[in-house]
Amino acid sequence: MEALLDVKGRIFNIQRFSIHDGPGIRTIVFLKGCPLRCRWCCNPESQEWAVQKIVTAGVVKDVGRDITVGEVMEEVGRDRVYYQRSGGGMTLSGGECTAQPDFTEALLKSAKFSGINTAIETAGYADTGIFERILPFIDTVLMDIKHMDGVKHREFTSRDNALILENAVYISKNAKNLIIRTPVIPTFNDTETEIGEIADFVSSLGTVKAMHLLPYHRIGSDKYAGLGRQYTMEHIKVPEKDKMNALLEIVNKRGLKGQIGG
Amino acid sequence: MEFYAEPIKRSERIPRLVSALFEKMPQIEADRAVLLTESYKQTEGEPIITRRAKAFYHILENIPIVIRDDELIVGSATKAPRGCQVFPEYSFEWLEAEFDTVEHRSADPFYISEECKETLRQVYKYWKGKTTSELASEYMTKETRAAIEHNIFTPGNYFYNGIGHITVDYPKVLRVGYKGIIKEAEDALSGLSCGDADYAKRSHFLNAVILSCKAAIMYAKRYSALAAKLAKNTADPVRKRELENISRICESVPENGAEGFYEACQSFWFVQMLLQMESSGHSISPGRFDQYMYPYYRKDIDSGRLTREQAQELMDCVWVKLNDLNKCRDAVSAEGFAGYSLFQNLIAGGQTGEGLDATNDLSFMSITATEHVFLPQPSFSVRIWNGTPHEFMIRAAELTRTGIGFPAYYNDEVIIPALLSRGLTIEDARDYNIIGCVEPQKAAKTDGWHDAAFFNMCRPLEMVFSGGMDGGVRIGPDTGDVSNIKTFEEFKAAYKTQMDYFLSLLVNADNAIDLAHAERCPLPFESSMVDDCIGCGKSVQEGGAVYNFTGPQGFGVANIADSFYAVKKLVFDERKYTLSFIKEALENNYGEEMDGAMAEKLTVKVAEKIADAGKELNDDDIRAIYETIRENRATEDKKRKYKQLLEDINSVVKFGNDDDEVDALAREMAYTYTRPLQNFRNPRGGIFQAGLYPVSANVPLGAQTGATPDGRLAYTPVADGVSPSAGRDIKGPTAAANSVSKLDHFIASNGTLFNMKFHPSALEGRSGLESFAALVRGYFDRKGSHMQFNVVSRETLRDAQKHPEKYRSLVVRVAGYSALFTTLSRSLQEDIINRTEQNSL
Repeated sequence: MEALLDVKGRIFNIQRFSIHDGPGIRTIVFLKGCPLRCRWCCNPESQEWAVQKIVTAGVVKDVGRDITVGEVMEEVGRDRVYYQRSGGGMTLSGGECTAQPDFTEALLKSAKFSGINTAIETAGYADTGIFERILPFIDTVLMDIKHMDGVKHREFTSRDNALILENAVYISKNAKNLIIRTPVIPTFNDTETEIGEIADFVSSLGTVKAMHLLPYHRIGSDKYAGLGRQYTMEHIKVPEKDKMNALLEIVNKRGLKGQIGG
Repeated sequence: MEFYAEPIKRSERIPRLVSALFEKMPQIEADRAVLLTESYKQTEGEPIITRRAKAFYHILENIPIVIRDDELIVGSATKAPRGCQVFPEYSFEWLEAEFDTVEHRSADPFYISEECKETLRQVYKYWKGKTTSELASEYMTKETRAAIEHNIFTPGNYFYNGIGHITVDYPKVLRVGYKGIIKEAEDALSGLSCGDADYAKRSHFLNAVILSCKAAIMYAKRYSALAAKLAKNTADPVRKRELENISRICESVPENGAEGFYEACQSFWFVQMLLQMESSGHSISPGRFDQYMYPYYRKDIDSGRLTREQAQELMDCVWVKLNDLNKCRDAVSAEGFAGYSLFQNLIAGGQTGEGLDATNDLSFMSITATEHVFLPQPSFSVRIWNGTPHEFMIRAAELTRTGIGFPAYYNDEVIIPALLSRGLTIEDARDYNIIGCVEPQKAAKTDGWHDAAFFNMCRPLEMVFSGGMDGGVRIGPDTGDVSNIKTFEEFKAAYKTQMDYFLSLLVNADNAIDLAHAERCPLPFESSMVDDCIGCGKSVQEGGAVYNFTGPQGFGVANIADSFYAVKKLVFDERKYTLSFIKEALENNYGEEMDGAMAEKLTVKVAEKIADAGKELNDDDIRAIYETIRENRATEDKKRKYKQLLEDINSVVKFGNDDDEVDALAREMAYTYTRPLQNFRNPRGGIFQAGLYPVSANVPLGAQTGATPDGRLAYTPVADGVSPSAGRDIKGPTAAANSVSKLDHFIASNGTLFNMKFHPSALEGRSGLESFAALVRGYFDRKGSHMQFNVVSRETLRDAQKHPEKYRSLVVRVAGYSALFTTLSRSLQEDIINRTEQNSL
């Protein structure tokens, strides 16, 4: 246990009382570094592995810090009573937690050792062997499937989707509970055909019951400027409610439990 | 117990009653004051308890009575809806001084006619030298009076008004009626022997009880006659039958025990309103209405005499009537108790005396009544324990989501042991209810004096920096020049010295007032319904209750914790600043500009200092001082240094972020208030017990407090209750709740108050309600005592400031109560808007 708590990793935030990411009241640990570069990413400061400077409201701050599993668990453990009362727990998000497999595995193991419910949010772009290592310690996997077409996937996220879809099959067979999430991004995947194709794939996995559609939002757009980057989605409008409902209908038709928002 | 979570629909009568109630501005009426004075003039020289009973009878015999349109429950203290009577026996100078301003003041204005002013002027001539407040003042030491003048604490509540703050034996009146209580008193009388040493006192008290009960019976019969007369003149057959029914019921109760639920509601209401006719004390709390009304409800439902819909309508009518009572306070107190609030706390759920779950159908219907009526009264609360049904918790959360600020949530798992530690039996402790804002006690056995004073914990810290001087006057002990303090322990010791001294003065003030009430305003009617007054032949005010306490409130815990922690870090750990530099920065308000009002206050202070040094000042000198202060006399270089200090202070972690070190300091500093207090005794034979809550006094009293080392600027609000300072908790609701739970809530057995503001989105859907319930449960698991919520967006409140006319019914949680937002003073509105909004993340 001692060694587990000493494992180091890099995070950029720990957010308590999160009630929209997985069941109950949760603490989200945001790990730094991601293999993808999604254009709409609302946490652009999460993408680079390196510790960066970000300007918010005129103040320069470091994004990213190295931390031990023990230190993370100290913070996560503080809301234990609220997890117990709500069925909540710890969620690893990012960035991409599978990009730091040793740290992630140690965090998940420690949480389970302390009796804390665990979830991860993943884009699924990692060696299948990593999922093999960590799945035994995860209660809920929240996995993104963004597009079924590899070319378009690469265009908008910088990576092909083949590995992701392969992992989806593996995870669906081995996870205790898998929820698929799809960000609905106008110009990328917001047509009924595109969402329908994803839903077909998800339903073919057989074990997935819930699929969440996350409407595009621009909450993170200011951060791009703060990082000295350009936000390329400026012209994109937030999908309308009617549109989201129509897409939801498509998901529900596949026998999946659809939901708008996390 | 059986219950249905499904709410009943509102009857059409209720919105009509509500809008009639709020048609006009509330007004002051003189009838009670006139009748009281007439009676007092006729009873000069008689024992005070007898005079009180005779005056009560005379008032109830002659005061105008009205039955308002649509009412099913009758009995009004004033002709006009939401009017208030006047109580000159407690104090009167303030109202006379405010005759011409009370209608236009910012907090709780009242209309007063020229005729009423003239009548009261005549009445007041009699009262000079005869009031409780004048006697209380006589009884205080001069040091105590000076501490009050210098705003260290304020005992204003009971200094100017009656005590109230009680829950009487409603179930007894429902069971045996006043006839039964009269019999009990007569039996006690016949058990006395005129040779007993205390015969004179006891017999006069018991006769006063009997006369007071007779007065209540007679008063109800006046309503019976009025209803019969109105019925005769009413053409509408439905209303005619209602009035005939009212006439029949008022003929029967409260003289006799209640036959069914309707009679019980009417009987309850006479008790509730007459208590507030006898004395001007507020926080007369109905308590466990769902418990003592349940047998009558059950009986009627089982026998088919009443439907659940009819029962709900009657409850709703009681809820409306609780808003028909009103009280005019002096302008300063009105700021501290803003929102025309009477704090009639009614609580649902919890445990029985035997420790079983007590939630029943009426507990749910109480939530529904609050939704139906949607007004500030009653102050609605729920008791939560580990065995509380989840559906009750969720139903309560639904009420929270409406934004009305109700219910307040109370934790049995803390309050019951806290009361045990104060000597209550386990059965009594389990049967507790809440008085006023957050104060727990056992009904019908307790005189808790729960709102005994507000003690501003920041002021003794100012005294540490000034060595006990304020405005050139010695107010506190000389703890020496602050620059000579070498260690953090010495710094804390200086604060404790100041605290101990001022706490003894606080006790002196409270006990002086206590004695004055016993001597000048004992209350025979109230005493008829509190154990064991009849048994021991003494009024509540003379110590007749089984349990006696005095509970003054400390506030500003968060400011003190943050101040000490900042000083520890910056002065003693890092040695970045000296205490004398901090003193200088505080005196200069961290180099910030001051607005006119602040500058005026400081000008007075400076002028006093100069005058005390023996220098003559003319108007020009004073104007020059004012101008300098207004612009801030500090040089640019100094200002820059002060600003740097403020930045450094702001970057030190604050209470409210689940940081164990600063939270531990908060716990320790709260003890400087709660621990010494419990060693003091009151004249009624009880002890002092601390509360940690401010009502809304943190705003006006903050306006009398200079800058503090936590980075709080001069004359801005002090932290409310045990909540973190506004905007200082930045790690979300669980972190804030954890910090607050690290205070000792057991020792603050007079109640603690934790405010949290939520944006409505946080409670959306069933999952929002579940998370919310889990948050409350989690805080209670960690042994927090009380929690309350404002669920309203900042934008809504801003818009309500701009367009008050659109938001007349917008209810917000102020402190231990909810009030109409638009009736609050501007500064209190700002404080509510600025409390950290815990959004869903």
